[in-house]
Amino acid sequence: MPGIEGTALVLGATSPMARWTAYALARQGWDISLAGRDVQELRRIAADLILRTGATVSVREFQAEDLESHEGFWEDCVDQMEDLRCVVCAFGFMGSQDAQNEAPALAQQVMTINYTAAGTILMHAAKHFEEQKTGWIVGISSVAGERGRASNYVYGSAKAGFTQLLSGLRARLSKSGVSVLTVKPGFVDTAMTFGKDGVFLVADPKDVGGQIVEAMTKRKDVVYIPGFWRLIMFIIRSVPEKVFKKMKF
Amino acid sequence: MHPEPSRSLPEKAAPSLTGWGGSPAGPTTLLRPEKMRDFKPGESPQIARGMGRGYGDAAICGEGHTVLTERLDRMLSFDDETGVLRAEAGVSLADILTTFVPRGWFLPVTPGTKFCSLGGCLAADVHGKNHHVDGAFSQHVTSARIIPADGAERIISPDKNSDLFWATAGGMGLTGFITEVSLKLKKIETSWMAVKHTPTKDLDQTLDFLAIDDAENPYSVAWIDCLATGEKLGRSVVMNGRHAAIGEIPLRENNKLDGSFSKQKPMPFYLPSFVLNKFTVKAFNSLFNLRQGSRGEFVTKFDPYFYPLDGIKNWGRMYGKKGFVQHQCVLPHESARDGLRAILELVTESGRASFLAVLKKFGPEGRGMLSFPTGGYTLALDFANKPGLDEFHDRLDGIVLNAGGRVYLVKDSRMKADSLPYMYPRLDEFRKVLRQYDPSGKFASDLSRRLNIAGD
Ligand SMILES: Cc1cc2nc3c(=O)[nH]c(=O)nc-3n(C[C@H](O)[C@H](O)[C@H](O)COP(=O)(O)OP(=O)(O)OC[C@H]3O[C@@H](n4cnc5c(N)ncnc54)[C@H](O)[C@@H]3O)c2cc1C
Repeated sequence: MPGIEGTALVLGATSPMARWTAYALARQGWDISLAGRDVQELRRIAADLILRTGATVSVREFQAEDLESHEGFWEDCVDQMEDLRCVVCAFGFMGSQDAQNEAPALAQQVMTINYTAAGTILMHAAKHFEEQKTGWIVGISSVAGERGRASNYVYGSAKAGFTQLLSGLRARLSKSGVSVLTVKPGFVDTAMTFGKDGVFLVADPKDVGGQIVEAMTKRKDVVYIPGFWRLIMFIIRSVPEKVFKKMKF
Repeated sequence: MHPEPSRSLPEKAAPSLTGWGGSPAGPTTLLRPEKMRDFKPGESPQIARGMGRGYGDAAICGEGHTVLTERLDRMLSFDDETGVLRAEAGVSLADILTTFVPRGWFLPVTPGTKFCSLGGCLAADVHGKNHHVDGAFSQHVTSARIIPADGAERIISPDKNSDLFWATAGGMGLTGFITEVSLKLKKIETSWMAVKHTPTKDLDQTLDFLAIDDAENPYSVAWIDCLATGEKLGRSVVMNGRHAAIGEIPLRENNKLDGSFSKQKPMPFYLPSFVLNKFTVKAFNSLFNLRQGSRGEFVTKFDPYFYPLDGIKNWGRMYGKKGFVQHQCVLPHESARDGLRAILELVTESGRASFLAVLKKFGPEGRGMLSFPTGGYTLALDFANKPGLDEFHDRLDGIVLNAGGRVYLVKDSRMKADSLPYMYPRLDEFRKVLRQYDPSGKFASDLSRRLNIAGD
């Protein structure tokens, strides 16, 4: 991406999808900062990125759930990375819907991580990029955010909120030269889907990472990965609620 | 703050996981850690599985956990001075080549497929076409890390915890989970190979040719025409090779150190088994002789040279849906000539087609307690899984035992337990180490149970 390389901050960088997005960015010439809760694991991923791509890679701790820490975290990022031009928000947590039904308090954690935490950190990023008049925001949402399903509606509802936040940010920032990309992955082959019933056509996180960066390059607004999920979700959204509530999936 | 989300790994039922040969194997439950800290032995019987390129049942734990290492594939450090790469056990040879060939480094030892993991290469102590010069894989491993049954990670090397190191090299995953491997890469000037093909007229000539100590060509292997009989029995194309120097390669820009691979061509469907009869193989082999043999000396890319089968996706399908078995043995020098002749005669008599028949000379035995390579000649044969294969296999093993040889465990799926102590004389030493590090037998595979590797 000529003229817009700089440092890309990847939040929740231990997930396979985030790792391979960072890899694809590094191959394009970006420097990378990997952030997440598990610093030990981040260091391994950083070492690997450096060896495979030759990029400059740093690691920082980020506690998404600790909302109070976001402002300070963001200030440190801005202080330490002059050319911060891109934020990829890739953290998320699904949990077990059954467990949340049994112990409703558990739902709060899922809501906090997937909506509140993702939203607040991106509010900071938005302000910064708006002032800089350049930047990229990439939010990894989910097709689960398009319709509430009995099997993961708490996660889905938080992702729905996140998708709308990204859409609003895009509308606000487009005149400032800031691109906002909403990524809606279908089933990706990670621990979230491993061994689960009803999972089909799972995508390799390596390919997903490449496709996210490709969508960035093409300045897309919203991308379904793999692409056929656009059609699947169109069909799912078109089912009348009367019918939908009786469907099992 | 909330407690950390649970780290217990999701399970995936695998009712019919198989080895690379595709012969059916037992039901197992898969685990796939994505973080290093989740790669820890549990209580149930378990075995690690790399890229599943072992042909038989070594990387399957029936009625237990088969733990996939494919997500533990981070390279951790590289020393430009010594060439030592430290990486997680799930890193594939293919990824190492892609990353390091452009920088002028190559694998010190490589098997005939690049789609295998560092952990799998150490656990099987794999060999390459340069064994007679450079020894087996473990000889180039400067150190490794392993988590045995007690859950405590240890550094192992020829100097440190050396008993555990030499039990792990060739130990088929039974000593624990290998988490990291440090491998000493070797320098290359170009990514190209200078190759010499020489056709031979019979087995004696083939062996004589392989026996020549050709210091210039560290790689050598013979492809046998499996259907040549009588006087022509054992006729081959002997393929010698070495890394090409800069002056020898075709002059095109930027191709001096090219880490890319050839495009894979798919084998889109299972061939019905009747297609793979003697005649197909005959045709294939004579074509092969013609095409490759007549070229004599030439320069080629490293990928087709080292990994010809990687070029065909799902090539195992050639053998039909029931899969195939590979039989690889090594026979010591004294008995190799007669033993190999007996095996080749048995194969011809049986009319069983072997698409692949590779013969190679091994250098002296390494220090791995259950390592396969030992001084002599090794022969690898593929057979479609057709009726009568068991008896046929037993007869092959009989010849190997009589000759004082051994069968390669990572390729085996049919050997009998009685044969093991004769083939692997250091078995007791290996069992002693196992009793120390895994007294209650937490690590097990279909292979280890079938052959009673751990002992009673
Ligand atoms: C086309 C082809 C050509 C081949 N050519 C050769 C050759 O020339 N020379 C040769 O020596 N071999 C050869 N092989 C065999 C292959 O090199 C070995 O089977 C190798 O072990 C495959 O690595 P893998 O990662 O697929 O291991 P797997 O098949 O997954 O496992 C093999 C063994 O390693 C153990 N293991 C794997 N990872 C770990 C770990 N992290 N910790 C502990 N144990 C572990 C498993 O438990 C199992 O016992 C060939 C195979 C194919 C398919």
